[in-house]
Amino acid sequence: MPENSVSADLQTESDKMVEWTDFERNTIQDIFSRIEYDVVGPAALARCLVVYPWTQRYFGGFGNLYNAAAIKGNPMVSKHGTTILNGLERAVKNMDDITNTYAELSVLHSEKLHVDPDNFKLLADCLTIVVAAQLGNEFTGEVQAAFQKFLAVVVSALGRQYR
Amino acid sequence: MLSNKEKMLIAEIWERLIPVAEEIGADALLRMFACFPGSKTYFSHLDISRGSPHLLSHGKKIVLALAEGSKDISQLTVTLTPLQIMHAYQLRIDPTNFKLLSHCMLVALSCHMRDDFTAVAHAAMDKYLSAFAAVLAEKYR
Repeated sequence: MPENSVSADLQTESDKMVEWTDFERNTIQDIFSRIEYDVVGPAALARCLVVYPWTQRYFGGFGNLYNAAAIKGNPMVSKHGTTILNGLERAVKNMDDITNTYAELSVLHSEKLHVDPDNFKLLADCLTIVVAAQLGNEFTGEVQAAFQKFLAVVVSALGRQYR
Repeated sequence: MLSNKEKMLIAEIWERLIPVAEEIGADALLRMFACFPGSKTYFSHLDISRGSPHLLSHGKKIVLALAEGSKDISQLTVTLTPLQIMHAYQLRIDPTNFKLLSHCMLVALSCHMRDDFTAVAHAAMDKYLSAFAAVLAEKYR
């Protein structure tokens, strides 16, 4: 696990609700209403494949991932990046029930796709950095904290059904 | 493992950031304090509110050290010896915090450099910060 991956592991008990402040709710809604899914999604996934090249192991069928330019221009990467953002939107719309929202997706990633859940944190970190570039100074420390908390809950939910 | 091209890119980036060392350093620290409140425990003796002289001077020190190290990455262990000693015997900051600050430094760079903080630059910088942190922790035990 690379040293700088920090998307926090939230240990959620089965009935423990995540508490969101108004600031956190508003921040998440605001960010997702402002970013373009088909720009941020592809950028985040491409960045993950470049910064953490071993994640390419899950994308053997995607064709040319030979270098950063190839990854960035790869249409399958772009399409999948957008799919991921659309998937994230489900959590944005169900912030109080993210664990259940992702139960099926968690099973899919575990049983069918066999993705090591550590990878979710890597992608989450790349997404944070892409959103930071989009929002610039508006992505303050407080906004970053809210965004990272949201992604931590998502990451936890996606890893929940692994056994 | 850093290629020569990546080493040059890293040195270039830090060189350009020296004039805004205070701004970038303070931003990274503030982000870390907001996202990882446990990190604040190491600063209980300082005023780390936004804009405070302590925060700015501390941020500047960190960025200047990163810039200095980037001038010759192969010599990191030599360049950082004084800082290694300070962190191991005096500051004794738990090294987990190095990765927290590294992450927040990457975010600060992304906010500052926007599209210029390309995936390639990000990859190189992440590797450099990891190497820097590893060297810093070398004398801990």
